[in-house]
Amino acid sequence: MEKILEVKDLNISFHTFSGEVKAIRGISFDLNKGETLAIVGESGSGKSVTTKAIMRLLPENNSEIKSGEILFDGKDLTKLNDKHMQKIRGHDISMIFQDPMTSLNPTMKIGKQIMEPLIKHQNMSKHAARERAIELLKLVGIPKPEIRVNQYPHQFSGGMRQRVVIAIALACNPKILIADEPTTALDVTIQAQILELMKDLQKKIDTSIIFITHDLGVVANVADRVAVMYGGKIVEIGTADEIFYNPQHPYTWGLISSMPDMDTDDEELYSIPGTPPDLLDPPKGDAFAPRNPYVMKIDLEQEPPFFKVSDTHYAATWLLHPDAPKVEPPEAVKRRQNQYVGIKGGK
Amino acid sequence: MAERQKLLEIKNLKQYFNVGKPNEVRAVDNVSFDIYKGEVMGLVGESGCGKSTTGRTIIRLYNATGGEVLYDGVNVHGKKSKKQLKDFNRKMQMIFQDPYASLNPRLKIADVIAEGIDIHGLAKTKQERMERVYELLETVGLNKEHANRYPHEFSGGQRQRIGIARALAVQPEFIIADEPISALDVSIQAQVVNLMKQLQKEKELTYLFIAHDLSMVKYISDRIGVMYFGKMVELAPAEELYKNPLHPYTQSLLSAIPSPDPISERTRKRKSYDPASHQYNENELVEFREVTPGHFVLCSEKEFKLYQAQVK
Amino acid sequence: MLNKDLTISKDMFEPAHVDPNKSEKIAKASLNFWQDSWLRIKKNKAAIVSMVILILLIIMAFVGPLLTPYGYSDQNTKHNNLPPRIQGLENVHWLPFDGTLSRRDGTEYNAYEVRKVDAYYWFGTDNLGRDLFARVWKGTQISLFIAFMAALIDMLIGVSYGAISGYVGGKTDSIMQRIIEVIVGIPNLIIVVLMILVLKPGIIPIIIALTITGWTSMARVVRAQVLKFKAQEFVLASKTLGASNFSIIFKHMIPNMFGIIIINTMFSIPNAIFFEAFLSFIGLGLQEPNASLGSLVNDGYKSMIAFPYQMIIPSIMIALIMVCFNLVADGLRDALDPKMRD
Repeated sequence: MEKILEVKDLNISFHTFSGEVKAIRGISFDLNKGETLAIVGESGSGKSVTTKAIMRLLPENNSEIKSGEILFDGKDLTKLNDKHMQKIRGHDISMIFQDPMTSLNPTMKIGKQIMEPLIKHQNMSKHAARERAIELLKLVGIPKPEIRVNQYPHQFSGGMRQRVVIAIALACNPKILIADEPTTALDVTIQAQILELMKDLQKKIDTSIIFITHDLGVVANVADRVAVMYGGKIVEIGTADEIFYNPQHPYTWGLISSMPDMDTDDEELYSIPGTPPDLLDPPKGDAFAPRNPYVMKIDLEQEPPFFKVSDTHYAATWLLHPDAPKVEPPEAVKRRQNQYVGIKGGK
Repeated sequence: MAERQKLLEIKNLKQYFNVGKPNEVRAVDNVSFDIYKGEVMGLVGESGCGKSTTGRTIIRLYNATGGEVLYDGVNVHGKKSKKQLKDFNRKMQMIFQDPYASLNPRLKIADVIAEGIDIHGLAKTKQERMERVYELLETVGLNKEHANRYPHEFSGGQRQRIGIARALAVQPEFIIADEPISALDVSIQAQVVNLMKQLQKEKELTYLFIAHDLSMVKYISDRIGVMYFGKMVELAPAEELYKNPLHPYTQSLLSAIPSPDPISERTRKRKSYDPASHQYNENELVEFREVTPGHFVLCSEKEFKLYQAQVK
Repeated sequence: MLNKDLTISKDMFEPAHVDPNKSEKIAKASLNFWQDSWLRIKKNKAAIVSMVILILLIIMAFVGPLLTPYGYSDQNTKHNNLPPRIQGLENVHWLPFDGTLSRRDGTEYNAYEVRKVDAYYWFGTDNLGRDLFARVWKGTQISLFIAFMAALIDMLIGVSYGAISGYVGGKTDSIMQRIIEVIVGIPNLIIVVLMILVLKPGIIPIIIALTITGWTSMARVVRAQVLKFKAQEFVLASKTLGASNFSIIFKHMIPNMFGIIIINTMFSIPNAIFFEAFLSFIGLGLQEPNASLGSLVNDGYKSMIAFPYQMIIPSIMIALIMVCFNLVADGLRDALDPKMRD
């Protein structure tokens, strides 16, 4: 598969009044052409920071990329100058934000907002850009695009606005689309529509998507591959099936089993105790150790490296070390593993 | 069912905003349901469907436009003496949605939690007051040292637990939880839900659990009401609602929840709901009808017969 | 990404025990609002320097008049219009403290030697022979007093008016807001001039004149804040607990507005100083022998060409106070404004 984006050993810190916050602590991943990579994690795990770094949207006054590379098209995005970056932003890589209410300019007609990147990046004439805007609105499923193109954002509902935002992001046929919790602010029924739309469009224009979310249901719906982040690091990465049916990291176990599915009944929900680490002063060893029910002495001393589970599946936990004792994952995870073995055997 | 005691009866509750103006909003429109003692009643629906407004009207944060709320047979709304009001405040409490906005940033945790104790004079001495605070902190899984800190030092999940401790301080019987987990991370949601469930058992609490996350609601609730544009469209025991959703809106809502299961996600079919599909005639009476015992649906006479046939 | 060769002894893989309470622990030192704000403002050099200058000015406003043997209202016509002369600095020619004045043709002469005065007036004297050093500090004292009083009264009226208007809401709010609009609608200057004419110039009338229109901006700011907090969940929570309106306003709302109230007050102080100076300058201010910075500038302005120091020194003082207050207020805004919090 063709790699379109490579992130290598990225480290990012924020300088705050109370000290240096190590928001991203050495993450590496690739994005293949035409795939959807979901990044999951709780707030503060660094998932948004990672994508902001790719877009170079981090606040300049207090953030610092300490080391690492972001390779796109043979260029290191961390070292590009602003002018160059502006050309890439919106043209090669574009972004959809969480809140469709604030990511549109309320005083500008929808059509104009879609036409802007077209005129800027693709030197289209005004007339051609307008035609394309109508076409895009039709593509994202907005009825009567010829009329809608002349309306203002407040005349659209939340779901419709998010469709417009998607239309703007897709205007220049970007190679990569970064979606930062694009459905979190929407209702379930609207969310389902938007997810369907995104999958549909991806097939049509063959773009790669980085999808950030904390909702595992959404991940299961859209993702080809999944990266699980915790405390500024990727702790497990693999295909969606591998993550959902054969997870290896105790944090992933916790995430998956803490969601009740439709047949969880009266048993107590599995929950991960404690709170996320304070990245001002990350604990020694594995950042997850204090909340890990399977914690071993080594977890408190050394950060675990990535252990290979399969060609596409890696997890950073000492439990995978050959010397580590065998542990029983939570019930819900075991159920899933059995289910997976069943499916695989059936194939 | 009959032997269960009704704690709350909500009868034809109406909450309109901007009454008489062109932008009149019927946030809650003629909603009736009962809440039994010791149960968890779930209330789901999309944003703007009036579920939060229903909760807030029940606890008197808004004055109802019409209808009544009976608590143990006594109407909560209408003119009340100060003492009666205070009694209601002690019996009914609320847990809020946004853990970042629900704690006063200038107060120490001890003072946040003790507010109810102070208002209702539940502690005679300062020492007793602090002991109550420590006890409550422990109940929600925090400890003594947290009492002297400020809200901004806590994570979202911890703040939500502090919010629960504040509600518990006045020893209420009934708690309205207004989307208590929707602002929390997945790993923390389970903590809070477990805590709420455990507290319910220990203290024999009754909950009205308002949320849009249906899987959590299903997990915690005994019965679930589904709201759509200010009206309750379906009310049934949790299991029943998931197995036999009758109203097309409930069906569409259930079909839209993504489950953390890629294989079933690949084959999921989404149903969409169009209110026009009912094709009600002008003279048809659309009301809440009991299709099977305990399972109510908002429907016309014609649909009612259809649903009954379906269930059989 | 792959595991390197690791030589780790087997006993490292034994289960460890982690105290579950430990992960709930907060490592950071507990900072309250004021400590946190102090940390922030400390980083703002301009604000700190301005604050130090302001403190020095305030101290001098009280101590200054006592440092010279001459009282601020003592007239000595023989010693009138003498330029500044300071012991020690008089020999440094490029400093303006050597007691020299220039004639119209450009030549310089030492006024003290020519008029055979053996005295040191640090800031010189005015046309009635009063010591300007004493008068400038006395003027600073009165100007600051007027400004602080005006700001304080603005704050008290503004906060209560705004809080009531926002909290009660409905018709009361509408009426109270219309009243503010009427007051704001009449040009400020006209009200003030009329007030002074009715009340006779003096310190108290000036303060009244300043506050009669000054509180409106504070009232508006506070009302907006109260409206915002009214919908906040912690206020709703307090209501469901049965808290009284009084405790909701004073325990939950006002403490959360301290920042904005302080910032607003800090910006209104230099405004008051400027307005007072302006009133004095157009002759509606304090009456002799009382002095404020504005009336000093007004006096000096009459002989600006011949004796420029008489106007320049109080002018510098006004400018210094205004700049410092604005810088401190700016610094406070950055430090206290919750929107800037990370």
